[in-house]
Amino acid sequence: MAIKTDAVGKSWPSTTYQVGREKIKEYATVLGIENPVHYDVGAAREAGFRDVVAPPMFAVVYSMHALAPAMFDPEVGMNFATMVHGGQTFEWDEPACSGDEITTTAKCISIEEKLGNGFYVFETTSVNGAGAEVVRGTWTNIVRGV
Amino acid sequence: MADFKAGDAVPELRVTPDKYLTNRYAGASGDFNPIHIDADFAKSVGLPSNILHGLYSMGLVAKAAAQGLGGGDPRSLKKLTVQFRGMGLPEQEIVVTGSVKEVEGDRVTVDLEAAQGGNRIIRNAQAELEL
Repeated sequence: MAIKTDAVGKSWPSTTYQVGREKIKEYATVLGIENPVHYDVGAAREAGFRDVVAPPMFAVVYSMHALAPAMFDPEVGMNFATMVHGGQTFEWDEPACSGDEITTTAKCISIEEKLGNGFYVFETTSVNGAGAEVVRGTWTNIVRGV
Repeated sequence: MADFKAGDAVPELRVTPDKYLTNRYAGASGDFNPIHIDADFAKSVGLPSNILHGLYSMGLVAKAAAQGLGGGDPRSLKKLTVQFRGMGLPEQEIVVTGSVKEVEGDRVTVDLEAAQGGNRIIRNAQAELEL
């Protein structure tokens, strides 16, 4: 059976996430990232940030809200029982700081079958309240045996 | 100016996630997929036990790059791309290693991987830093 590719090019409604100091602290603590710019507003401002700044991989926290409806969309039709997260890319631009409202949009950029497995690739684009791009994520999910 | 040259090693990062790490990471990230936090559920779907979040392991690779070469400055990391392969398990040491591939002005490209013993959980990782 050929893989369903109807969702290629589809975008889903944007989500907006407000970055907060305590959430940054929680994320940095779990990863064991000790730089005070993630914990202390004074240290962050001294280093040139507007407020406490998020570690780059905090991008997962705000991107996920926009990506989830795309992944669960029946039009995409991924079989979650045999799905694995195969690859991930993030490209960072403007840092994400506490107080920022970050709006993320998800899009399906390709669905392909390779050697009997389905490769579903989504892109998320996140911009801050000033309209500057914060991060672009490329999410590759592999569904075995399509 | 970047103070590195091709072939330089990235300082190794060693972390042993404790038994409850996946619960804390679930809370921090918002990813509560039960394969990461419920060993019984994970076994019921054919996994050896509950497994680490791939994006947690990627977070450690990002940390190794930004801390090891960028002095911990979150602005230093411009791009990170990874492939998730073997499954990561709690209570086993993760070792992140890497080496500088290319230096072009302030831009440094680094190859990295993360492994638990012989199980390479993140392969073909490549980071771009601006130093």
